Amino acid sequence: MEFFHVKRDIPFMSYGKLTTAISLITFVLAVFFLVAKGLNFGIEFTGGTVMELRYQKAADLSQIRTRIDGLKLGETQVQSMGTTVDVMLRLPNIKDKNSAQLSNIVLEALKIDRSDVELRKVEFIGPSVGDELFTHGLTALALVCLGIIAYLAMRFEWRFAVSAVIANMHDVVIILGCFAMFQWEFNLTVLAGILAVLGYSVNESVVVFDRIRENFRKPNLRGKTVPEVIDNAITATLSRTMITHGSTELMVLSMLLFGGAALHGFAMALTIGIVFGIYSSVLVASPLLLMFGVTRDNMVKPVKIKEEAVV
Amino acid sequence: MNRYPLWKYFLIIASLLIAMVYTIPNFFGESPALQISSGRATVKVLPDMVDRADTIAKAAGLTPVDSFFENGSVKVRFKDTDSQLKAKDAIQAALGDDYIVALNLISDTPVWLTRLHAKPMVLGLDLRGGVHFLFEVDMKAAVDKALEKTAGDIRRELKDKKIRYGKVSRERDRVEVQLRDAETLAAANKAISKILVNLKVQTVAENGNYKLVVTYPDAAILQLKNDAVTQNITTLHNRINELGVSEPVIQQQGEGRIVVQLPGVQDTAKAKDILGRTATLEVRMVEDDQAKLTEAINGNVPVGYELMSERRSDGRNTPILLRKEVELTGENINDATAGFDDKNEPAVHLGLDSTGAAIFKTLTRDNVGKRVAMILVEKGKGEVVTAPVVRGEIGGGRVQISGSMGVAEANDTALLLRAGSLAAPMNIIEERTIGPSLGKENISKGFNSTLYGFLAVALFMMIYYRVFGVVSAVALAANLVFLIALLSLLGVTLTLPGIAAIALTLGMAIDSNVLINERVREEIREGASPQMAIKNGYDHAFATILDSNITTLIAGLALLIFGSGAVRGFAWVHCLGILTSMYSAVFVSRAMINLIYGNRRVNTLSV
Repeated sequence: MEFFHVKRDIPFMSYGKLTTAISLITFVLAVFFLVAKGLNFGIEFTGGTVMELRYQKAADLSQIRTRIDGLKLGETQVQSMGTTVDVMLRLPNIKDKNSAQLSNIVLEALKIDRSDVELRKVEFIGPSVGDELFTHGLTALALVCLGIIAYLAMRFEWRFAVSAVIANMHDVVIILGCFAMFQWEFNLTVLAGILAVLGYSVNESVVVFDRIRENFRKPNLRGKTVPEVIDNAITATLSRTMITHGSTELMVLSMLLFGGAALHGFAMALTIGIVFGIYSSVLVASPLLLMFGVTRDNMVKPVKIKEEAVV
Repeated sequence: MNRYPLWKYFLIIASLLIAMVYTIPNFFGESPALQISSGRATVKVLPDMVDRADTIAKAAGLTPVDSFFENGSVKVRFKDTDSQLKAKDAIQAALGDDYIVALNLISDTPVWLTRLHAKPMVLGLDLRGGVHFLFEVDMKAAVDKALEKTAGDIRRELKDKKIRYGKVSRERDRVEVQLRDAETLAAANKAISKILVNLKVQTVAENGNYKLVVTYPDAAILQLKNDAVTQNITTLHNRINELGVSEPVIQQQGEGRIVVQLPGVQDTAKAKDILGRTATLEVRMVEDDQAKLTEAINGNVPVGYELMSERRSDGRNTPILLRKEVELTGENINDATAGFDDKNEPAVHLGLDSTGAAIFKTLTRDNVGKRVAMILVEKGKGEVVTAPVVRGEIGGGRVQISGSMGVAEANDTALLLRAGSLAAPMNIIEERTIGPSLGKENISKGFNSTLYGFLAVALFMMIYYRVFGVVSAVALAANLVFLIALLSLLGVTLTLPGIAAIALTLGMAIDSNVLINERVREEIREGASPQMAIKNGYDHAFATILDSNITTLIAGLALLIFGSGAVRGFAWVHCLGILTSMYSAVFVSRAMINLIYGNRRVNTLSV
């Protein structure tokens, strides 16, 4: 069985203008939502107390809201967590009350109306932790980029390294844009998911780059122009690209569907990341490569690279 | 062609078998158990406790499934939670307060596997339920306190050596001692330098102003901070022991943070209460000058003094004026027990260590007729528990605190003091409570999503690539086994993000197989013979696999280094998964293909 057996090379590079335009528009949109709406930061970043409750029968959110508002705890949020019985409360940090006291007060108040409420989870994060997480997250991001640039520059050439990283950042910004647009909660697992996408998406670019490098060295492609060589590389790896992404997406979708609330954000970040990962590795990284003016001479060096052979 | 030497096959089979052995314990499940450990530093749990516990349980009509001694504690397994709970009451009652009997879950792994150190993965709190705290040690308070103590030491030493001194004042980061002339300055310098060896003692003599300046060098400050964290960890250990939690996690995180995880704790309120109590004991002198007290009550507290309230037996609080210098702290307390004083009122008996005993002896000798206050400081707020009049010198290091307290309060105070005081106050900056039912749900959801994903991918591979697809699916399964074995062997704690990482790693691991299979197809398309196609397919794919996996690994390592908590758990599994997937995709699948096609005439490949 073969889904993607393409006989003639698809002229991806001639769509360059179109794909760049699409990328730019989505990118600008993502940045717009990030600036206009901002991320809906989870409790790890903002501090505060989150309580997860489960009722035995469907919960009455408005009743809970009235009850909580009566406690005068400041700005609180009551929302359902996907099902009718699961409820999430978000409370701000309150001076001279720790979360133990806070959660007890809230639980007792809620028990007045309904005794079938069960406390499933309480999370309290002090205000000082968030900033730190933020700087650590940014440092990790920067470090990943630097590491990837260094490795690719060493194995390939600087043009490849820079193209891959730009294509990657494009994915990351778009995921962030989606989270901002839909106001999904941005928490630590989402951050982990986004950083995983970075690794994943560069993986994609590398496979295509690898083929481009190989093509430059192939004698039967000597007469072709650089865009043609790139087109050939993308077409040749297309089947593999689609299938790999497909199977990873299968796994991630399974997580999104069956993983429950705890894995939801993570799976969501990856689901979006994988879709854009395919796009960017093929249609962002390679045109960038052209734009930076990659030529055959960049890759074909007099020294023949030793083949790693498996006996 | 396409033949591995025999030893290579053996090596791969051996690695698979070893991985299986270390994976198996994860499938045995857990049974309810009791953990008996020592409740006091002086009491040791010995292997003979196994028989004792068995006898007690049998006397109560309960039969333990298994009982054994491990790492200084005895574990007894029962067949259900009902007999576990009954046995807990029976054993705790029979052994008394010297021992802690905690509820626990023990893996049902057979003994022969345990002997090979094959243990199941440790489950994180999000998968088993429990409480998680992140404490931050108040370093400024630790330094302040050390400076106060140094000031006290200086005063005592100068008094002992009969050197006349003026004001001893604690500035922001140093202690200054005013002296009368050059002669006393030299004498004081000599005396103080001798007792404060780690500190920097400087003399200043200008314009007829003689003073001694004592500062903490950077090394001493660092030492101080480290000691504060270490002592707080010890203290938390003691307090948690009192709670009777099995397998708690108490670790330093970063410079001044401490993580405490109490798995399976149900009574979170009590845990928070005992852990959250940042109580320290301080002994300070009382100023009984009525004029100064009145002035202080009117809002004008004299320099070097502090106004506090004293608890009276009628429940009212009365103001009391104290000197700021701390003469003695809880650090010097060896043990504390609740009891009764000679008037048969509830009291706490303290035993001091040698330094504490010496300080207390001097203190009581020099202050006969004056009052000394015992202050319990909780969350930065002090309360005078008792302030008795010193009737004479108290040597030997036995001190009694009595005052206005009930039996329960005396017990509580003793518990807090016995558990040790904190070197510096701590704040809870992060707290999580995960209900046990949520934990179970998280496991099953995480497990199921991985399983369904795996089945979908394996099925697709088998249909799409036929024989090569079957090989890929087997390699993927081998990868899962390697990964779980490695995680179990390294004792990595499995958390929900960890499960997510396993799922993602499996999704990504198939990439290597797809690369290989597509390459083989391509080779055939270009007219290579089947054997050549296999060889070239694997060889060409290898360079790509290496490049793409190393870049992913770079991302994973950065996560590992800079992530914390959830991110780190994810990164660990992710990085290990990349390594195992490279091994299984390249070597395990090649070995299988070689076995199927290698070394014989093949006309077509099923790919």
